Amino acid sequence: MLIRRPADTIPSEITNYEVFRRRRQLIKGGAAAALGLAATGLFALTPEASAKLKFDQLKKSRFNAKESLTPYKDVTSYNNFYEFSTDKEGPAQLAEDFKSRPWSIEVAGEIKKPKVYDVDELIKRFPLEERIYRLRCVEAWSMVVPWVGFALGDFIKTLEPNSRAKYVEFETLHDPKRMPGQRRGLFGSVLDWPYREGLRIDEAIHPLTILAVGVYGEELPGQNGAPIRLVVPWKYGFKSIKSIVKINFVEQPPVNTWQVQAPHEYGFYANVNPKVSHPRWSQARERRIGEFFKRPTLMFNGYAEQVAHLYQGMDLSKNF
Amino acid sequence: MPAASPEIQLRWIKRVKPVAFTACLIPAALLIWRAATDTLGAEPIETITFTTGDWTLRMLMITLAITPLRQLTGWHALIRLRRMFGLYAFFYALLHFTTYIVLDQFFAWQFILEDIAERLYILVGFTAFVLLIPLAATSTNRMLQRLGGKRWQRLHRLTYAVPILGVLHFLWLVKADITEPAIYALVLSILLGYRIVRYRRRRASQAVAGVPKRATP
Ligand code: HEM
Repeated sequence: MLIRRPADTIPSEITNYEVFRRRRQLIKGGAAAALGLAATGLFALTPEASAKLKFDQLKKSRFNAKESLTPYKDVTSYNNFYEFSTDKEGPAQLAEDFKSRPWSIEVAGEIKKPKVYDVDELIKRFPLEERIYRLRCVEAWSMVVPWVGFALGDFIKTLEPNSRAKYVEFETLHDPKRMPGQRRGLFGSVLDWPYREGLRIDEAIHPLTILAVGVYGEELPGQNGAPIRLVVPWKYGFKSIKSIVKINFVEQPPVNTWQVQAPHEYGFYANVNPKVSHPRWSQARERRIGEFFKRPTLMFNGYAEQVAHLYQGMDLSKNF
Repeated sequence: MPAASPEIQLRWIKRVKPVAFTACLIPAALLIWRAATDTLGAEPIETITFTTGDWTLRMLMITLAITPLRQLTGWHALIRLRRMFGLYAFFYALLHFTTYIVLDQFFAWQFILEDIAERLYILVGFTAFVLLIPLAATSTNRMLQRLGGKRWQRLHRLTYAVPILGVLHFLWLVKADITEPAIYALVLSILLGYRIVRYRRRRASQAVAGVPKRATP
């Protein structure tokens, strides 16, 4: 199967980010003022307004996996995003109309100047690059995904964390109106919302760790964590928290949602490790989406060379 | 409301049976159709595993519902459908198990054995499947005659163990959202609870009438 990489995209197909934003504003303002609500619906049907924002002029990265990409359709239809649904196909359907603008991210804790950022402000401020990463889910399947984003470390540097900033804590949007999976079901809440994740500060500033805002050269669809998510490629997928609204710098190790849910099954580190089985899944092998035979899982998901030193001297079967 | 006469019941059940037989094949046929048209989703093997697992459990529940339905409605001819549903449970369990062995693990015995030994939900599912084998094997009239009614009936009480293990298997494999297995657990408790209540009542009334106790649930 031929997969068109963003580099092959014809320039005329690409909408420049600024142009796109302005066009959106124009459509919104114009429609509301002159034509009233009915016209908004009409405009929403025009391809321009519904087209996904495309990112062009991506910086080339030195961290690209040289493997064939998982097709766009699979990346955007097979998702674990319990905020929408616990099925794999559910999030793509339920997040179809998810509005990821306006979106602000509160950055707080042990840094020089806590502040609330608009997501578009961050997108403009940091040069975006494409990062082709393996994504390994704790459920023993994997993908290869071309993310668009920027190094979290570059952002953190500008925040000037102080010496008490030993960990970084992230939080997903909690809004049951927009995220139906957060509503209480027959047996209460599926997870303890809002979804939380955490990294050690050295993990957070590692050059492999990114904040992603796009996939396949386009803005992230709702089911992939729009508008901004974490990607930590050497850890199981659940660490890569989606739809982030808060980043907090703290001194004590944060407790992540899955650890609260089942402490003997999910730890804080969640580094991909074929030698440490999860009670539900052997982690020795994985199925790459689209392939029949399982393949052996690599230590740190194949990123051992870059990250193994972070865990030197630690017992990884205890710190799972 | 008096139930229909035995002749009418029989006539109806004979008409319904081929329809039910075909209907039970639809989930399997749909899987084949989706496989042929490449619409099983990003993880086809998972879709097949889930679908066949779901239908095993559903067929087990339908099988267990026959006796209460007969007793509550007086439609005793329904008994003529019970074996078919039971065998369909086995059919889907066999597909489910084969999917696991062939498609999911591709005969990687060392991983299969590790799964059975280390993962309780697999062990429990495996036990349920193994228990279904003697039930399916002795489902013919010939086997019923060979074993004799009493022994056959005792063996077929395993029918109660299999769905209990099946629901546990489901409950232990979900990560966080227990809604679906909990619904099955509820249905199963009603189906088994009905039998317990009825058994107790009959024992009580027999005791009053001075009839010696018999072990017939
Ligand atoms: C009577 C026996 C069994 C019943 C009733 C049963 C039922 C089920 C059900 C309802 C599901 C979940 C479907 C869903 O999520 O929609 C399931 C999943 C599964 N079953 Fe079974 N099962 C049985 C036997 C087995 C056996 C013998 C094995 C393998 C040795 C097995 C392996 C699995 C696996 C691997 C999954 C998927 C787990 C996952 O991906 O998380 N099951 N089964």
